[in-house]
Amino acid sequence: MDLTPITLTLKLAAITTLLLLVVGLPLAWWLSRGRSFFKIIAEAIITIPLVLPPSVLGFYLLLAFSPQHGLGKWLHNAFDIQFVFSFKGLVLASVIYSMPFMIGPVKSALQQLPISLEHASYSLGKSKWQTFINVLLPNIKPSLLTATVLTFAHTLGEFGVVLMIGGNIPGVTRVASIAVYESVEQMDYTSANFYSLILFAITFVLVIGVFVFNKYRFKTPLE
Amino acid sequence: MISIDIEKKLKAYKGQHVLKIKTEFAAGSITKIYGPSGAGKTTLLKTIAGFLTPEHGKITADDVTWLDTAQNINLPPQQRRIGFVFQDYALFPNMTVLQYLEYATDDSVWIDRLLKIAKLETFKTHKPEYLSGGQQQRLAILRALAIKPKLLLMDEPFSALDPETKSALIADLKKIFAELKSTVLIVTHNAQELDGLTDLEFRIH
Repeated sequence: MDLTPITLTLKLAAITTLLLLVVGLPLAWWLSRGRSFFKIIAEAIITIPLVLPPSVLGFYLLLAFSPQHGLGKWLHNAFDIQFVFSFKGLVLASVIYSMPFMIGPVKSALQQLPISLEHASYSLGKSKWQTFINVLLPNIKPSLLTATVLTFAHTLGEFGVVLMIGGNIPGVTRVASIAVYESVEQMDYTSANFYSLILFAITFVLVIGVFVFNKYRFKTPLE
Repeated sequence: MISIDIEKKLKAYKGQHVLKIKTEFAAGSITKIYGPSGAGKTTLLKTIAGFLTPEHGKITADDVTWLDTAQNINLPPQQRRIGFVFQDYALFPNMTVLQYLEYATDDSVWIDRLLKIAKLETFKTHKPEYLSGGQQQRLAILRALAIKPKLLLMDEPFSALDPETKSALIADLKKIFAELKSTVLIVTHNAQELDGLTDLEFRIH
């Protein structure tokens, strides 16, 4: 059995999760402080993928990054970057699509921390970044773990959005969920079951793991 | 010398009221700040520290302007270097007592002395959740002292201490304040509580 769709899926999920840790954590922190109109709009945009049909998101990403016109054409001409029908495109779509799963739990946990913790750190002369790394993040470990695992697991299960922007190119954009769909279309239920079972096992272990870990390891008075 | 002239709106049960403070605190003085609940005692301390910004006003410390709303000057808390004892302690749950003090200063001799004063030497490896209320409060005081502040703001700093511990700690703090030549403002709801420690008082109505 061809394991490439599984390895491609795991690679996509890992890269997406790493990128979202880098981009999403500061963004979640920014959103957790204050409620300006601009922040409300930004949060709404980040949350939209939760409720929007993935195919709709994928369709607009396809239009936006099509090398024939607009942004996609400019990226192609200026930087030789093409997102459509490429692994880069899958990563971009996955980052957008899974962003609320990283930002939601982290933002909510940061909001629950007393503001005096931040102030106490500032009073010691520590910068915002030092405070974020040394005081805030360590005190939201359970939520951080939940957000990381949810992001990873959610990316494993993407279908509509990655099909729209990436298509079904073996070894490049043919992730496990698309391999399942294609196998069923070809009446190859053995392959479909193989990929499905692996995806199910991975997500089951991840979700059970995070519940067990949070219950026994990181319980703090603030959680 | 800390010079304060501020106006800050306060949220109250019935609408708003404005906290207006115009006063000076002499360098090296220890002042008790008292007044009824909701009068703005904590707000005053947080405004001096730079955690809150008043609508109008000016704060200067030893001829350095920390805040001047007319000139759009507002130094961040990091540059004011104020020791602050929070009413809710604001201890970092992820750090042990020692890690917590090492986060504030790398002067290990000073840390050892502070731990001795607060009788926390044997609790170095404990995290805040494993300390009693009184120990947590003492730890909050130590953190503020760790940076050897020229201005120390304390918000109800002795409320969880028993009378014996309190008087012993106050005696030690007096020596430290004199040694550091710190200006100290202590908020309390109980005006008699700080007798013997403070030399001035300031009432907020």
